[in-house]
Order: sequence, then structure tokens, then C-alpha cells
Amino acid sequence: MHPAPSVIIFTALSGLGFGLLTFLTLGIPDVSGKTAFFFFFLAYTLAVGGLISSTFHLGNPQRALKAFSQWRTSWLSREGVFAVLALIVTGIYAATLVFFDQRLPFVGIVGAVLSMISVFCTSMIYGQLKTVPRWNQPMTPALFILFTLAGGALLAAALKMAALFMVILGGAQLLHWLNGDKRLYQDGGTIEAATGLGHLGKVRLLESPHSGENYLLKEMAHEIGRKHARKLRIVTILFASLLPALLLLMAAPSHATAGIAIVLHLVGLFAGRWLFFAEAEHVVALYYDKHRA
Amino acid sequence: MTTLPQTTQKKLGLAIDLDICVGCHACVINCKEWNTANYGAPLSDQDAYGANPVGTFLNRIHTYEVKAENKPAQTVHFPKSCLHCEDAPCVTVCPTGASYKRAEDGIVLVNESDCIGCGLCAWACPYGARELDAKEGVMKKCTLCVDRIYNENLPEEDREPACVRTCPANARHFGDYADPNSNVSVMSRIRGAVPLFDEQGTKPVNRYLPPRPKADIQTDGDIDILSPFLDTAASPPKGLLGWLDKALEAI
Repeated sequence: MHPAPSVIIFTALSGLGFGLLTFLTLGIPDVSGKTAFFFFFLAYTLAVGGLISSTFHLGNPQRALKAFSQWRTSWLSREGVFAVLALIVTGIYAATLVFFDQRLPFVGIVGAVLSMISVFCTSMIYGQLKTVPRWNQPMTPALFILFTLAGGALLAAALKMAALFMVILGGAQLLHWLNGDKRLYQDGGTIEAATGLGHLGKVRLLESPHSGENYLLKEMAHEIGRKHARKLRIVTILFASLLPALLLLMAAPSHATAGIAIVLHLVGLFAGRWLFFAEAEHVVALYYDKHRA
Repeated sequence: MTTLPQTTQKKLGLAIDLDICVGCHACVINCKEWNTANYGAPLSDQDAYGANPVGTFLNRIHTYEVKAENKPAQTVHFPKSCLHCEDAPCVTVCPTGASYKRAEDGIVLVNESDCIGCGLCAWACPYGARELDAKEGVMKKCTLCVDRIYNENLPEEDREPACVRTCPANARHFGDYADPNSNVSVMSRIRGAVPLFDEQGTKPVNRYLPPRPKADIQTDGDIDILSPFLDTAASPPKGLLGWLDKALEAI
């Protein structure tokens, strides 16, 4: 799949933002006044910034409000609805905490749950697609949620908890790759199955429908990702999981330690998210005789 | 509304005969011509006369070679457009309700004034039947020429999809799959047509009639079945030709 920067930035930043909101509304860290304002400001910048970034890849962003209407069937619509609900509820919690020094624990818990549901909906936009077998597995939502918990705990300065989530995240990421590498062929992803001509023999593309590019190939037959997949996987595991987790467990907790861990984790998060898109095979590419075993 | 109808009164669709299609691309061109000039946003091209032309098409033809072991290869031309699936994943993923499947005839359409151009429906389609128009930023797809098939301003013989009307080989047929005695139902049954890429679970309405089995030519390992007729050594030439033959061989 084409790794569109707007979507990578959106999923990565809004995931971090909702992660931080989750911890803040659960009272981690226990802050109030100006410090609380700063923490919530950071969380909202990430969450809202990510959501705004997601509108940049739309063909007609002026109609984006219509996207809240089809929550009955569409994970994309649900994501919009839950993101707005989460922002409103956590906003109430943040306002009463910052301006009135009042903690509303029940509102906080609801806000945290809504934030996590919002991230789950984001993950299901990808996880639901049968056409992209690598994404169509239970580890996809697990991966998004663990990235959110690890990044959120890190930003919320819950450093030991962040380290724990990062270790689990590393395992989930490995599982996602192991499952993902098999998924296309488990789903009968061959040119013979796609064309229904397999009963006649081996199929190959003799002539493409068009001499140049088209929307389908640009959007769904991205191939650069797979070329560097192995290197990027090592970068992802090292930076998103192992290095920051080791640092947080070994070094004395300080602003500097947390700062370095955040930078390391961000590098891993963006490498992993880029790879998540770039590496994913869409079955339409089978009609173009790509993705041979 | 992106909830799919439980059933549709009609199941309008195409039967595409892979045994007959010659890959002339006439359906591609007539589709583009009709659909760029009629319902919805035009099908734009970018850099149409330049080095890297790209454009929006609702119908595209792949050409495949199919080869079984110890048999000659065969060519199959494969036109591909929206299959108007009963379980259309492109409809349910749409966040705005722009994509919908009509309860009356099963046609899958896009309401372009509601489409935000997010592209998720194109991702959800296993067949590559949807293309985002680069100029208009809205999703384009086959409408089964909804503006032809019910159009009483057209002569009756023209009230079928443009691709079907134009096919010079008669490889494309239009009809109602809900009626077991319709043209398309009957030919699909006789030819043993199966749903395309059934692994994806989309329950497509359109059917592809598979290529008929080729006559099994007995070649005894010699591919050229005409060679016995070309064998000059079988009857040595006489008269002038015979002399010429000997003279030329002597040189």
C-alpha cells in the first residue's frame, strides 16, 4: 500500500495523543494547575493535530463532517465519532482539573475508555480489510493499542510502565510480522485464484491493461517498502521497543532519560508505521501479476 | 446509507464471455466516452498527451497467458469492471454514506456530492473496480450505465450498458441474475460460471463465463500439425523440378 505521509502522521500522532489522554484522565501523573495544563495541551496537540492531518489526503475535505454519519457499518466513521466523544469527555475532565482543581474520576475513566476505543476504531479501518491480508489479522488492533499504551505511558512520565508496555509491544510487533508474512497465501492470494483461471493452468500477465501508471497501482501496488523491509524491521524493533525499554529500566529516571527515550521511540514508531503501509500487499496487485510466492 | 440491502428485487449485472473476448478494448473506450459525458463528474486524464499519461477508467482489460503442462499456452483477455457484489465491502466501509447499493436493482453507486474522496472503498474492493478521479477528488466506478438502461429518450436497443452495446464480438451480456430464466442466468448456468475471487467473500453479481476447453490435438510430441503436408521429401519431384532439385543439390 502507498505509505501516504498524512496517514502515517495521523495514525502515529493521534495514537500518542489519545494514549497520553488515557493516562492523564486516569490520574497518571498526578498533576494539577499549570503542569496539568501543559500535559493536556500536549495531548490535545497530538490528537487533534493527527486528526487534522488525516484530512489532508481527502479529495474533498470540505465535506468531512459527513463522515460522522455512517457509524453503523463504517469503522472510519466510528473512529471519527469516538475521537470527538473522547475529546469532549477528556476535555471536561481537563477543564475541571486545570481551572477548578477538581478531579472527576468517573469522567476520567469514561474519557480513558473512549480514547482507547477511538484508537481501536483506527486500527480496525485497516484490520477489517480482507483485501489487505497482512492487515486482516487480530494482531493489527493489538499493535495499535500497544503503541498507544507504550507511547502514552512514556509521555505521561510513567517510565517503568512504559518500559513494560514497550517490551510487550516488541513481542506484538514480531507476531504481527510473523502472521503477516503468511497471510496473503493463507487467503489464496495467487493470480490463479484472483482470475479464476487456475483450472486451466499456470497464469501470467501477458499484457497490462494500460501502458503507464494508474490510481490502483500508485495506491495499492507500492513496492519500495518490501525492498528495505528487513532493515526497517530491525530499526522498528530496536527504536520502538528494545532501546528505550532498556534505557528506562537501566538509567536513573530523569527528564533527560525520558527525553532520549521519547526520541528513540518516535523513530521506531514512524519507521514501524511507514513499514505497516509500505509492506502491506493488496490483492488487486495480483491481477497485475505482482506478489509471487 | 451504507447498510447493504438484505435482498434486491433485481440483480442486474453482466456476463462476460472469456472464450469470446478478443481484447480489442472497444468496451473500455465506449465506457469512458459515455461516462465522461453523462452521469457524474467526467473521467479526467492527466498529462494525456505527455510522456506519462494517467487517467480514470471504469473498465480495464488485462490479458493473461494460461499454460498447462504439456499443452500449448492460451491467451485469455480479461475485462474487469465493478461486479456489483451482493456483499459489497466498498459500501459498508464508506464513512459518509456516499456509496450505496440500490435495493431495487442491486446497482452499486456513488453519490458524488457526498464523497469526501478518502479512498477507503477502493482499498476495500478486491477487483480494482474503483478509481479516485485525480481532478474531481471523488470516487468513480461502473454505474452499469444507470443513465442508459432506464433512459426512455434512447432507442430501445441502446438501453443497455455502453460496454455491452459496443462489443463487436458479442462477448458481453447484460441482464437480471435474480431471474433464473434471464439470458445471463442461463448462460452462466450452462457454462459453469463461478463467482470471481470467491476467497474474498464478496458474492459478486457479474459472472465470467470461463474459456471453453480447447480441442485436445494429438501431436505425438510434434507441435506443428501441418508439417506432414509441407514435407517435400514424401514425393520426390519429377521432370524439370526434379532436374532443378538435383542440380541445386549438386552445387
